[in-house]
Amino acid sequence: MARMATTRRVAVSTIGAWLAGFLIFFPILWMVLASFKTELEAFAIPPSFLFFHWTLENYATVQERSDYLHHAMNSIIIAGGSTLIALLIAIPAAWSMAFSPTKRTKDILLWMLSTKMMPPVGVLVPIYLIYKTFGLLDSRIGLVFILCLGNLPIVIWMLFTYFKEIPRDILEAARMDGATIGRELVYVLTPMAIPGLASTMLLNLILAWNEAFWTLNLSTLHAAPLTTFIASYSSPEGLFWAKLSAASTLAIAPILVLGWFSQKQLVRGLTFGAVK
Amino acid sequence: MGQITLQGVQKAFGPVHIIKGADLDIADGSFVVFVGPSGCGKTTLLRLIAGLEDVTDGRILIDGKNVVAVPPAKRGLSMVFQSYALYPHMSVRGNIGFGLKMAGLAKDEINSKVEAAAATLNLTPYLDRKPRELSGGQRQRVAIGRAIVREPKAFLFDEPLSNLDAALRVQMRLEVTRLQKQLGTTAIYVTHDQVEAMTMADKIVVLNGGKIEQYGSPLELYERPNNLFVAGFIGSPKMNFVTGEQAAQQGAVTIGVRPEHLKIERGGAGGWSGTISVAEHLGSDTFLYVDAGPLGMLTVRYIGELSLSAGDRVSLTPEPNRVHRFDGSGNAIRA
Repeated sequence: MARMATTRRVAVSTIGAWLAGFLIFFPILWMVLASFKTELEAFAIPPSFLFFHWTLENYATVQERSDYLHHAMNSIIIAGGSTLIALLIAIPAAWSMAFSPTKRTKDILLWMLSTKMMPPVGVLVPIYLIYKTFGLLDSRIGLVFILCLGNLPIVIWMLFTYFKEIPRDILEAARMDGATIGRELVYVLTPMAIPGLASTMLLNLILAWNEAFWTLNLSTLHAAPLTTFIASYSSPEGLFWAKLSAASTLAIAPILVLGWFSQKQLVRGLTFGAVK
Repeated sequence: MGQITLQGVQKAFGPVHIIKGADLDIADGSFVVFVGPSGCGKTTLLRLIAGLEDVTDGRILIDGKNVVAVPPAKRGLSMVFQSYALYPHMSVRGNIGFGLKMAGLAKDEINSKVEAAAATLNLTPYLDRKPRELSGGQRQRVAIGRAIVREPKAFLFDEPLSNLDAALRVQMRLEVTRLQKQLGTTAIYVTHDQVEAMTMADKIVVLNGGKIEQYGSPLELYERPNNLFVAGFIGSPKMNFVTGEQAAQQGAVTIGVRPEHLKIERGGAGGWSGTISVAEHLGSDTFLYVDAGPLGMLTVRYIGELSLSAGDRVSLTPEPNRVHRFDGSGNAIRA
């Protein structure tokens, strides 16, 4: 009896989990399906789920109307560049706070986090004006800069937590073994922090890739990443559902693939320290 | 060469004085154990010698050279940590060879030295494993391998065996002692376990509250403790202390007699008599806890089996030349 009850419970929770998973996934699925429909079918009521006239014409139009590769390249440069610079700044910052903390370390960490509590729109005007003055509007470097600054507190916090998990003894052993601070960082600390570094990097990439507020406000064409590319399909002339879906599918595809292949690393990194 | 001298070494963390002035002379090739209760400063003193902490005052000489301003790696010492502190992402080979790699040795040279060290420690079959694939004892051996491969002037051991189970601890104790004798390298070993101290050391430093209470060979400490603290700390079971009239008769404020130096007889005559409250029969020894009225609880160790049990009346006689006398401030009165 007990065995049967357990089997049934497992079955119920499996079905429940699949349902929840499907519910979360549904909007993405719907978007992908819509991208293969004609504009008319895309908002037809009742909606057709699978039995419609499958077409690739939206993708052709999207590619013809705007240069997907140009925007994708911008996204890669902006997300990749901001992540790289953020890590370069955050690794030494987190390292020093984790291994030689002072009385003020906690305050500094909190102050960093507090900058994330302010809504970005609160500083839009000053930032816009600064960017205008320095000629950074619609430039890749400008976007790299703002996304890097925006995500830096989170990156430092994450790395700080990972570094804190590394036993001090090991670093002292490295010092006894004759490692300088630089070599300690290269040979001991960084390899031990790789799961943490990887998940921080991935998370930051995803955040930067999906960031829409600053990219929409500070770029138009030259530096515009995929977020701007999607938004351009919601225009005053009307909403082109099928084309918008095609553009969105194209925009999320790279990060979705990246996330899929690195999910193990991502989950391990996010739960790092939770289980010893 | 590995002669280490401490001259007036002090360490304070803010207003807290951890080491209140330590003077010590450690001869080349000797095995010195720092022992004391937890918080006595023994680990801090070791870390000062290692260079992992800076001294507040005083000088540390290694082979006659003051090293207080020299970074840890340049002092020519190697350390074995309580937690082993192995690099988890490196193989055993990488762990043992890391120090040599940092010193800029050629790959071939590193390999041959690592393999020699591994052979000494029976680690050859495990050279390509990661630390997580090893048992506690094997990990400890890797940590020791990492220390010996650099051919240091001295080894520093920070409670290296306290994470091992009792049987393995005894085995590793022997291995460490044997290895040190074989290499002839100076060793400083920190432990809170006075049995480890007695069995391994050429000389013991007893620390208490940041001060060196006594420095001497294990038997010197056992036979001629300088004060009440050392007398009570060295030896197991603990020395019995008696105050009052019995002590005054011998011209002391406190007298101490080790459990093995009390002669026991059935029946309750004489000044030192009492009732057995607990009897422990180990076969090789018999430990008796005797309630001796005004003298307090006395522990008696009898070598061999003694068929006495709780409730029996006994009389105790201390061996006359084995009574330690202490004055009012706890210092030993020498005849």
